[in-house]
Amino acid sequence: MKPVEQWISFCTIFRKEIRRFMRIWVQTLLPPAITMALYFVIFGTLIGSRIGEMGGFTYMQFVVPGLIMMSVLTNSYSNVVSSFYSAKFQHSIEELQVSPTPNYVILLGYMLGGVARGLAVGFIVTLLSLFFTSLEIHSLAITVSIVILTSVVFALAGFINAVFANSFDDISIVPTFVLTPLTYLGGVFYSINMLPEFWQGVSKLNPILYMVNVFRYGVLGVSDIDVAWAFAGVGVFVVVLFSVCLYLLNSGTRLRA
Amino acid sequence: MTTPALTIKNLAKTYGNGFQALKGISLDVQPGDFFALLGPNGAGKSTTIGVICSLVNKTGGEVSIFGHNIDTHFSAAKRMLGVVPQEFNFNQFELVEDVVMNQAGYYGLPRALAAERTEKYLRKLGLWEKRREAGRLLSGGMKRRLMIARALVHEPKLLILDEPTAGVDIELRRSMWEFLEEINAAGTTIILTTHYLEEAESLCRNIAIINQGEIVTNTSMRHLLAQLNKENFVLDVQETIIEAPTIQGYELKMLDEHSLEVEVEKGQSLNGLFTELSAANVNIVSMRNKSNRLEELFVSLVSNSNEGAAQ
Repeated sequence: MKPVEQWISFCTIFRKEIRRFMRIWVQTLLPPAITMALYFVIFGTLIGSRIGEMGGFTYMQFVVPGLIMMSVLTNSYSNVVSSFYSAKFQHSIEELQVSPTPNYVILLGYMLGGVARGLAVGFIVTLLSLFFTSLEIHSLAITVSIVILTSVVFALAGFINAVFANSFDDISIVPTFVLTPLTYLGGVFYSINMLPEFWQGVSKLNPILYMVNVFRYGVLGVSDIDVAWAFAGVGVFVVVLFSVCLYLLNSGTRLRA
Repeated sequence: MTTPALTIKNLAKTYGNGFQALKGISLDVQPGDFFALLGPNGAGKSTTIGVICSLVNKTGGEVSIFGHNIDTHFSAAKRMLGVVPQEFNFNQFELVEDVVMNQAGYYGLPRALAAERTEKYLRKLGLWEKRREAGRLLSGGMKRRLMIARALVHEPKLLILDEPTAGVDIELRRSMWEFLEEINAAGTTIILTTHYLEEAESLCRNIAIINQGEIVTNTSMRHLLAQLNKENFVLDVQETIIEAPTIQGYELKMLDEHSLEVEVEKGQSLNGLFTELSAANVNIVSMRNKSNRLEELFVSLVSNSNEGAAQ
């Protein structure tokens, strides 16, 4: 397939993915907006006013970057896992399998579809947060690059989940039992400096901690961890997960008999 | 020498559970052919098609489409191929036109050309008025036609249809036959699997019968039908009959009080039969084949193959 044809195929998949989540915006864009507005009200305004400062900022300012990141990563994951599993379930994935579209183009299409939803939700949540606090971006480059990389990581993880899922139950197990606990324990609501040394060490095994902290650094200029190392770690995740996804597609794991 | 539209060499497939679906089959389909791939359920037809269109991993052998090996010239081979599967496999929530447009995109067709082709094939298949409806709202016959439109949008040189008329009413089936004959006449090679043997007999010029993962026969339809030594006809009689008349050289059997069955040897004239029946005051008002000729051969070849395998 010529590069221009690959580009057309990629655009087709990407456009289809965006139209899918826009068509069902009540299920995809509205719920995170409502949930995050509730978080802002309850944790930021009601409880946050009693907590006082954290890391030199009001609790609302501290918690907003984490909540934006939480909505970005969960939506990037959800979009790919539900869309790709649904294509598997309905066998419409065969439309791509019989076509000359290379596997890496299929992967990029689904992955960036997930990134698009993650960023769309992140944008909506950011706009909502402005009703509760002001955001002065410390470093736009760091903020934008970490949010995109995080979105890519979770879109790829969602893809792997979809490949191995055998039922709709299987696509909710990982978000419920892995993603949510890791997110809540990933420094969204607190600074790990508040934890005893042992639990700080345990927390540093959680990749979401790095993503949330780098994003918080981009917005507020404060972080519990080294930003350069965090970027390197997220970069490694992107490369490893992309390679695993491509291997699964090339080998036809759970996709070809 | 012309490059075959499809070449299959020693194709083998053993599933993870140890079931040997294909035991090294070989097959050539010539360009422009209308080819029937027949076999009972579980014979290996869908596995063969699955391998050709990359939905099933083969465990041995080679497949080439117009000379392009599906392993080494993946893109060129796939560009030549269109597939209409047995099961509905489009996104049921997508609009009809989006299903076809997206498929065009997956083959790298620019959007303007994709839109033009989408309109062309949706119109040809009587779905243009339904283009803004979700696929799930279509009737079964319309869903089948949608899959044909989708398979044709990149104008493949080889079209494989896996039981395209299953569950389709006779009127629609006949209009589908006309459409398939039309695109075959325009140069598209067609491979058809079907359980309606009448369909295969009337449409296809060449045939392969597969059973238990092996090719039982692979020949022209004419040659295959010539193997039939006897044919049975049902004669509808005007008068009420009490017993079958005895006529020398013909074996007549009474089916009911208004119909007879006669077995005729290959090459045997029917004139004598009608003369004798007329002399016996038996007036024939109509006559038809008792069963489809291909069906008789199919049943005989498959049961011979099953007996061979059992021994």
